[in-house]
Amino acid sequence: MTDILKVLQVSKNFVKPIDIASKVVNMFGNFYNQEVVHAVDNVSFNVTSGEVVGVVGESGCGKSTLGRMIAGILPLTSGKLDFHDQHYSGFDEGNYKHNSHIDLKIQMIFQDPFSSLNPRQKIIDIISEAPIHHKLISKKDKKYFVKDILNKVGLGTDAMDRFPHQFSGGQRQRIGIARALAVSPEFIVCDESIAALDVSIQAQVINLFLKLRQDLNLTYLFISHDIGVIQHIADRVVVMYLGQIVETASSDEIFSHPNHPYTKALLQGVPTLDTKKKIYTPIKGEIPSPINPPSGCYFHPRCKFSTNKCITDKPSYKEVSPNHFSACHLNS
Amino acid sequence: METILEIKNLKTHFFTKAGLIKAVDDISFKIKKGEIVGLVGESGSGKSITGFSIIGLIDAPGRIVSGSINFKNEPLLNASSNRMQSLRGNRLAMIFQDPMMTLNPVLRIDTQMIETIKAHDKNISNQEAFRRCRDTLGLVGISSPEERMKAYPHQFSGGMRQRVCIAIAMLNKPDLIIADEPTTALDVTIQGQVIYEMQELCKKTGTALLWITHDLAVVAGIASKICVMYAGRIVEQGSVDDIINKPMHPYTIGLIKSVPSQNKRGEPLHQIEGMVPSMLELPIGCAFHDRCTETIENCKIEKPIETNQSDSRVIRCFNFKDIRK
Ligand SMILES: Nc1ncnc2c1ncn2[C@@H]1O[C@H](COP(=O)(O)OP(=O)(O)OP(=O)(O)O)[C@@H](O)[C@H]1O
Ligand SMILES: Nc1ncnc2c1ncn2[C@@H]1O[C@H](COP(=O)(O)OP(=O)(O)O)[C@@H](O)[C@H]1O
Ligand code: SF4
Ligand code: SF4
Ligand SMILES: [Mg+2]
Ligand SMILES: [Mg+2]
Repeated sequence: MTDILKVLQVSKNFVKPIDIASKVVNMFGNFYNQEVVHAVDNVSFNVTSGEVVGVVGESGCGKSTLGRMIAGILPLTSGKLDFHDQHYSGFDEGNYKHNSHIDLKIQMIFQDPFSSLNPRQKIIDIISEAPIHHKLISKKDKKYFVKDILNKVGLGTDAMDRFPHQFSGGQRQRIGIARALAVSPEFIVCDESIAALDVSIQAQVINLFLKLRQDLNLTYLFISHDIGVIQHIADRVVVMYLGQIVETASSDEIFSHPNHPYTKALLQGVPTLDTKKKIYTPIKGEIPSPINPPSGCYFHPRCKFSTNKCITDKPSYKEVSPNHFSACHLNS
Repeated sequence: METILEIKNLKTHFFTKAGLIKAVDDISFKIKKGEIVGLVGESGSGKSITGFSIIGLIDAPGRIVSGSINFKNEPLLNASSNRMQSLRGNRLAMIFQDPMMTLNPVLRIDTQMIETIKAHDKNISNQEAFRRCRDTLGLVGISSPEERMKAYPHQFSGGMRQRVCIAIAMLNKPDLIIADEPTTALDVTIQGQVIYEMQELCKKTGTALLWITHDLAVVAGIASKICVMYAGRIVEQGSVDDIINKPMHPYTIGLIKSVPSQNKRGEPLHQIEGMVPSMLELPIGCAFHDRCTETIENCKIEKPIETNQSDSRVIRCFNFKDIRK
């Protein structure tokens, strides 16, 4: 199996500009630092061709930021991204250069299908715009081309001449998927792509993702807060906490033998259809701020197993069994 | 056990410019003292409007058209607005999906909580009110509550704000709390905490809980009874074990089968075909008939009525499979 994507020590900082009040205080000698959000902090992993990698973690842990960098729509602060061993990532400082060939090969599908569709454009134009612009198809083939793609995502040909508001949430998500597929991508970043859908529609869209993967040999980075969905479709799972990866393993392994205390707690907290599960043993405490992360292991203020070492030393990320990595002092 | 709430044939309709929306259309159910009941359905199925109907917060163009709501044997539909106000926040409380529907952004948490107590107990001392607020915040898992009480809502995270709302709802130890998707906007980890705390509190205080959610799994572990709504109606209700482990209505069956954990990993999920219908143009007959796998001719013509299968189990369907036989 070849690696289609390599993520190498990728970081992203957002700098919150200091407000006027702090600027004034600064003039008088007091120094207020700019607040830096370490949204993604030195993240590395590979994705093999045809694989579905699931990304889980609490709100604000950096999933979307990571996804957007991989999709080429957000420059990196540092690190490197390779697609088929070709370097394509750009950086913050002005020299952000698109590799437009690779940008097309990696597409992103968002949570809210409506806000990402132009309300004044007919579906036929929404879907054919990018492939015509990039000269992947000629204008005269447009109709035939769009028909074929609508077919692939389970929408009728009559959808072509309608506008986005004339569709239900599930159908709009299909249109969003069709638009992404129109440029023949190999890799798709799905960011909470089913979260906004009705429960009975979610299964339909998940099935579509599964079918397209088969038919078109796609690779997915699948970001979701729904751990049940991740367990169903992911081959491998990446667990993030405060901008960092704390654990990675195959889906089978991570759900049967989670190693990191955070992963364990996360999985235990998921409500299931088990009517006998009466007791929740939740993770205590709130999600800390990525502006001032805790010392040592970022999880220590909430961890049941925390020791003095966890407060002072950062645990290293190491292989605990074949292809299963975890960052916790309990492993040393 | 004593019945706290009894709803009979409730219809709440909205007379909008675009047409008539039968948001709640002939629903009946009961909640016993201290019981946790799950009200489950997709978005737009009428869950929130059911909750708002109970606490008397239906505004034009909406109106309760018919039916009855009895709370501790007192009919609420003709109660004066004064009476409703004195029940709300005291015997009857609601927690909303968005905590900011409860919280006032410009008031400190302690001010808001003490107000809630004093509104229903004029004689309580400041000290005693303060103590009760502090203890209730502690109960919902807010550490160093005395300090935290001095904060404003925006200084709290989403999960903490929701816990403050739960605390406010619990302050006067009401007989019934209606919790409208209280964990939907929260992280799994925080959701676990909130579910845990609500469950504990109900156990301790004997408060009954109507837990509204779109996620069956959230109530599977904690409710004793579940009502499943579709397009304004309860299509099936029964004990949690009946609904989750022995569902009989085709919609409930479809919903449960489509949950990923009920399917083989990586295989296509069982799916309910079709779309959620618009409440403005519901199919004639059974609103589920164009998505149902069991449809018979009658389903397309007539609305199914509720049939009692046992004391607690009610189904609204012409052609369900009675799996008990
Ligand atoms: N443009 C931005 N400017 C400043 N901070 C940002 C920006 N975008 C994201 N952040 C911050 O970076 C961190 C990671 O955000 P991100 O959106 O990647 O989280 P997420 O894991 O996708 O969360 P969610 O589950 O809520 O979608 C958060 O603390 C967020 O507030
Ligand atoms: N103020 C309103 N005016 C008109 N229609 C409304 C109003 N509030 C709710 N509805 C409609 O009533 C139906 C049920 O709504 P609701 O109870 O909020 O659903 P949910 O099950 O998602 O909580 C929906 O079709 C909704 O659009
Ligand atoms: S390193 Fe320590 S605090 Fe961090 S997860 Fe492991 S045991 Fe817990
Ligand atoms: S009444 Fe008919 S259409 Fe409706 S759920 Fe039952 S079988 Fe299906
Ligand atoms: Mg996100
Ligand atoms: Mg609602």
